[in-house]
Amino acid sequence: MTARGIDRRTFLVSVGAAGGALALGFDVRPGAQAARAAGDAPEITAWIVIHPDDTVIIRVARSEMGQGTLTALPMLVAEELECDWSKVRAEFPRPDENLRRNRVWGDFSTGGSRSIRNSQEPLRRAGATAREMLIAAAAMQWGVAASECRAANSIITHVPSGRTITFGQVAEAAAKMPLPKRVTLKDAKDWRLIGKPTRRLDVTDKVMGKPIYGIDVRVPGMLHAALAQCPVFKGTLKSVDDSQITGMSGVHKVVRLKDAVAVVADNWWQAKKALDALVIDWNTGDSGQVSSDSVRQFLLGGLTADKAGVGRAHGNLSEGFASAVTRVNADYFVPFLAHATLEPQNCTAHVTGDRAEIWAPTQNGEAALATAAHVLGIPPQNVIMHKTMLGGGFGRRGVTQDFVPPAVLIAKEVGRPVKVVWSREEDTGHDYYRPVAMARMSAGLDATGMPSAWHVRMTGNSIWSTLMPMTVRGGVDRQFQEGFLADMPYDIPNYLADYAIRNTHVPVGFWRCVNHTQNCFFKESFVDEMAHAAGIDPLEYRRRMIGKHHNAAKFLGVLNTAAERAGWTTPLPPQIHRGIALNEAYNTFVAAVAEVSVDTHGAVRMHRIVVALDPGTVVNPLTAEMQTESAVVFGLTAALYGEITIKDGRVEQSNFNDYRMLRMAEMPRVETVLMPSGGFFGGCGEPPVAVVAPALCNAIFAATGKRIRSLPLKNHDLRKA
Amino acid sequence: MISLTINGQPHSIDVEPDTPLLWAIRENVGLTGTKYGCGVAQCGSCTVHIDGAAIRSCAMPVSAAAGKNITTIEGLAENGVLHRVQKAWLDHEVPQCGYCQSGMIMAVAALLKEKPKPTDADINDTITNICRCGTFHQVRAAIHAAATA
Ligand code: FES
Ligand code: FES
Repeated sequence: MTARGIDRRTFLVSVGAAGGALALGFDVRPGAQAARAAGDAPEITAWIVIHPDDTVIIRVARSEMGQGTLTALPMLVAEELECDWSKVRAEFPRPDENLRRNRVWGDFSTGGSRSIRNSQEPLRRAGATAREMLIAAAAMQWGVAASECRAANSIITHVPSGRTITFGQVAEAAAKMPLPKRVTLKDAKDWRLIGKPTRRLDVTDKVMGKPIYGIDVRVPGMLHAALAQCPVFKGTLKSVDDSQITGMSGVHKVVRLKDAVAVVADNWWQAKKALDALVIDWNTGDSGQVSSDSVRQFLLGGLTADKAGVGRAHGNLSEGFASAVTRVNADYFVPFLAHATLEPQNCTAHVTGDRAEIWAPTQNGEAALATAAHVLGIPPQNVIMHKTMLGGGFGRRGVTQDFVPPAVLIAKEVGRPVKVVWSREEDTGHDYYRPVAMARMSAGLDATGMPSAWHVRMTGNSIWSTLMPMTVRGGVDRQFQEGFLADMPYDIPNYLADYAIRNTHVPVGFWRCVNHTQNCFFKESFVDEMAHAAGIDPLEYRRRMIGKHHNAAKFLGVLNTAAERAGWTTPLPPQIHRGIALNEAYNTFVAAVAEVSVDTHGAVRMHRIVVALDPGTVVNPLTAEMQTESAVVFGLTAALYGEITIKDGRVEQSNFNDYRMLRMAEMPRVETVLMPSGGFFGGCGEPPVAVVAPALCNAIFAATGKRIRSLPLKNHDLRKA
Repeated sequence: MISLTINGQPHSIDVEPDTPLLWAIRENVGLTGTKYGCGVAQCGSCTVHIDGAAIRSCAMPVSAAAGKNITTIEGLAENGVLHRVQKAWLDHEVPQCGYCQSGMIMAVAALLKEKPKPTDADINDTITNICRCGTFHQVRAAIHAAATA
């Protein structure tokens, strides 16, 4: 068991919209000698197959949802394999094969910007291992010492004689070689592929509409289902009147689940029309009373609660406040947010007896498999799981596999393959939302304007304590406080960060960059408040507070670079104002400077944002840069418009007309400065999300003198008073 | 039975006339490159061409498309040669998850037909498709590149 209370073979999975999660696991021995796959593919190791024509197939266990793993992970393998990159193709192994082969591909979960961070070393090792086996096979064929042979560009050369042979020609023999006991990995300075801008392997298919996402799966004999889950979370189905739909064409069946109803039909539109014609009655219980207002009141209690889990504390807070000459106090608030992956949740299933086959766009294929087995009460070995391409993930499809249970239960009842597609409305109303949160900030500034004390009191919906209460010991959920713990860069002599958990009935989950998306807004906006109270330039103020932190150099590195690139001290055109923010998330250091205007109607526009990031090592600068732009759009969309509100226990928003997305016309210029300082691997897909809102809101303060303490901005009147 | 001409091929399909064209294309004809994102003409993932003009197929009943020339992403390349928008998309590595991209590409191809050299303002006004992955910069750059190709 790890600190989180789950080990490598166990998955935390949430299996229903009612909230709560289960730890499901497999009884396998990871790391045990894995059986080779049957079949005639010349598999050198589980990760690498080389065909006689030199085509190299590299298997990718993590999911591809736009973040570029399908390219970056093979790059790590190819770097050590020394193969010709133009011959590389990527392939997803099936989660059930992983199980059958003692989890030879390790963990399939894709989240927390972990794909590169956690797999880089095993993947580089896999490449080096296969290279040694190919060389050994060639050396044996030639009757020479392996130490006299070198591999480059898919060709092995016997250096003394100059003889050569291609990977494809020795692949068959190499597959039979014993695994080398030890391999040495290249020094970072010798990398040829890692760090080089590399085109994505899946782009050609994507411009032709070819990739198969979960929603595109077609299985012979398949029917289509539309789903209505109880609109009030944790509610259940009371009754269904289906008299209106008898005789509707194409309709096969109405399936009643504990907390949902589905109509199964020949095509999805028929299913959806029939579903809308049903008269459904739900048991909503007390949850039916909850509103955004009642949630807010509940959280306000958390701000003043006596009991709160302490995440970080040092010095003596009351002495720090006693010595202060100025006090700065502010309360902050952010709402629930939906993920809104452009591909709505879906899953296809075929259940026959005690066997099942499922297809899903999931960030964790093994968790999907475990969920199907658990819900059906069948052994995991009896489930075949196909992972498809994902139309966005953002954390929606990782721990929460809630699209699997309805699909397998409906398919079981129907006895034929069924594809269950959620309507956009269903998807918006049944998410695991980015938690609602509040922060009460109190700081004391000394005579020089610098903080002598800072108390950060947080409250809101804890992801871990709702999904897996056992992981939150002593009321401390460290993830909820991320950004305010050891990763908080500023030197504050007397400091307390504590958190009073206030869980609502709304299911919460991991949303791109998770709790940093709230906390960085709270932290960096309030630091700006302190700077203004002290009458010190916000950049200078931050610089003065960074010194003792063990990562001070990295924080200052990105902060100064972003400021320089943005020309922090240079004049701006009238109407345009700057804001700055700094953070560390998932081992990546990020600073941003936003240039923003607010017009006379109060309309906000971000014109430009400079994002400097130090993820230690950049595997593919091309995707890292695009992920940064992507993260800016994600953060900006949420800051401007993002808000899920609750009325009568249910979500009020339904589709993109009331849960608005950023569009082309609103896109700011994004300047990404990648400044890897070496020696570590940080994530790239998420960290920049967090700095966008505070950089934006600090610029709005510079423009209007209005301090934004709650999001989204659409709720604020920013017209000049 | 409704007769549709999609990518030059005739199809005779058995659906109710009020079925959105999107679902007929995806499920009855089996061309899944055209995507469902919202169903209410908000996101543009379902964009196809009807007689050369871009339309959001989730908001058009299949009956209204009968007898017209429908082009989907699968039919944009001609004789195996990618359309210049697709080529520009490759050059600029536009797609991330890729889900919105069929609709983006179809919308852009129609725009270029109407306005061979669109300005940024034209692009902002016309290409209102949602890309949740935020590929807007690449989309814009690729449009300008395709316009000069
Ligand atoms: S699915 Fe048609 S516009 Fe969104
Ligand atoms: S590329 Fe993912 S939605 Fe546009």
